[in-house]
Amino acid sequence: MSGNDTTTLRWLLKKMRIRNDEQVNLIIFLQLYSLFLQPLTFFFSSEFLETMEDEVILLDFWPSMFGSRVRIALAEKGVKYEYKEEDLVNNKKSDLLLQMNPVHKTIPVLVHNGKPICESSIIVQYIDEVWKDKAPLLPSDPYQRAQAKFWVDYIDKKVNSPGRKTWCTKGEEQEAGKKEFVEIMKTLEEQLGEKPYFGGETFGFVDICLITYYCWFYSYEKFGKFSLEAECPKLIEWAKRCAQKESVFKTLPDEKKVFGFCIEMRKMFGLD
Amino acid sequence: MSKGEVVVLDFWVSPFCMRVKIALEEKGVEYEGREEDLFGGKSELLLKSNPIYQKVPVLLHNGKPLCESTTIVSYIDEVWPSPPLLPPCAYGRAQARFWADFIDKKVFDAVGKIWRSKGKVAESAKEEFLEILKQLEGALGEKDYFGGDSFGFVDVIAIPLTSWFHAVEKFGGFKVEDECPKFSAWMKKCMQKESVAKIIPDPEKVYEFVIMMRKMQGIE
Repeated sequence: MSGNDTTTLRWLLKKMRIRNDEQVNLIIFLQLYSLFLQPLTFFFSSEFLETMEDEVILLDFWPSMFGSRVRIALAEKGVKYEYKEEDLVNNKKSDLLLQMNPVHKTIPVLVHNGKPICESSIIVQYIDEVWKDKAPLLPSDPYQRAQAKFWVDYIDKKVNSPGRKTWCTKGEEQEAGKKEFVEIMKTLEEQLGEKPYFGGETFGFVDICLITYYCWFYSYEKFGKFSLEAECPKLIEWAKRCAQKESVFKTLPDEKKVFGFCIEMRKMFGLD
Repeated sequence: MSKGEVVVLDFWVSPFCMRVKIALEEKGVEYEGREEDLFGGKSELLLKSNPIYQKVPVLLHNGKPLCESTTIVSYIDEVWPSPPLLPPCAYGRAQARFWADFIDKKVFDAVGKIWRSKGKVAESAKEEFLEILKQLEGALGEKDYFGGDSFGFVDVIAIPLTSWFHAVEKFGGFKVEDECPKFSAWMKKCMQKESVAKIIPDPEKVYEFVIMMRKMQGIE
């Protein structure tokens, strides 16, 4: 409070017939308020709250198709986050990962304002619910939502194991893995039908959960000796369509880099 | 409460079907349960409604099929919102989905390993099963239900699987009550609910069913 303010205030209090000693108490109180308490009200102002950002951390591993799902979802929503790479090649899981996901000890883990969310399809749903003002990923109709969840669950149950067999095994096991993988891709292609995306007109939950395998197709095809484009042309068309989206092409690692990773892993497993 | 015709393609001993029926009971939804003869031959309706997996449960809501029990329970919670099964906040919902996923991945298979095997294999299967229950006890903590103060999503997903526990206790020579008292207490609390008591079958009947399955699979 300035000297002028104090003078004016004393005049006012005198006019209100407030006793001198009470005037002094009041003025001291108001001076303390303006010094200490009033500045704190800034932190409750919308101006401050808008500039205060959520703290979002992603624990991930660069080739993981599960981690990529989360990165695409965050990109779709325009959420800023800190990326932390886990050294899974050398099986050196960080203390933070073990603390945030004690049950499964796997990536990805999203840490939002200190609270962990695990399992990629659950994380994507969480992202869709929290940052709901932009780019909805799940449909609003409950039946369509259930259909989307059904197909993400199908992808989660079915794709990874045979996909992995195509590059990580040999002989009969590899052959069986390849056949199963192509069957599953054909089922998904049939489900896509004539729609531009699994979500219909717009890129959504099912698209995100499947497209992250796209950068692995090259490796599956090279090691498994087949062409997915020949087997499922419409699905590859869909994949190329999705890959034109900024959130996708900025997220997915280069397929040749993934291929190099597979070569390294095969050596480690004694396959080559 | 009526929002159309609701049919459940069912099998009495399937814990996955029980989840759907308990959820419908909780919501006070009238439905028609149609028992499938899974050994004699699946119905045309089942094969048409669930071409991908050809399994029960299937919920038919005004003729439109929904498959996979956890997805069906989520759907039921959204269409008939009262009383809610999932918590209102996004983080609570993510936690509920996480534990439902954990239960889906771990519990049924662990139970299956016990009754499908003998000797040392059954013994290690029992240890694995009890480890899983202890992890669930950790998630339950001091709460009455996984949902907190009220019966919720994770409780619906978990409680039907416990109808098979009596059978594996007999085969494994142990008691869940002794090994995991908190989990056992939660089971008892759930069984007091009308929706649960109505749907969960007599454990002795489940035990007889498992004996039959063991014979069929040449384990005895």
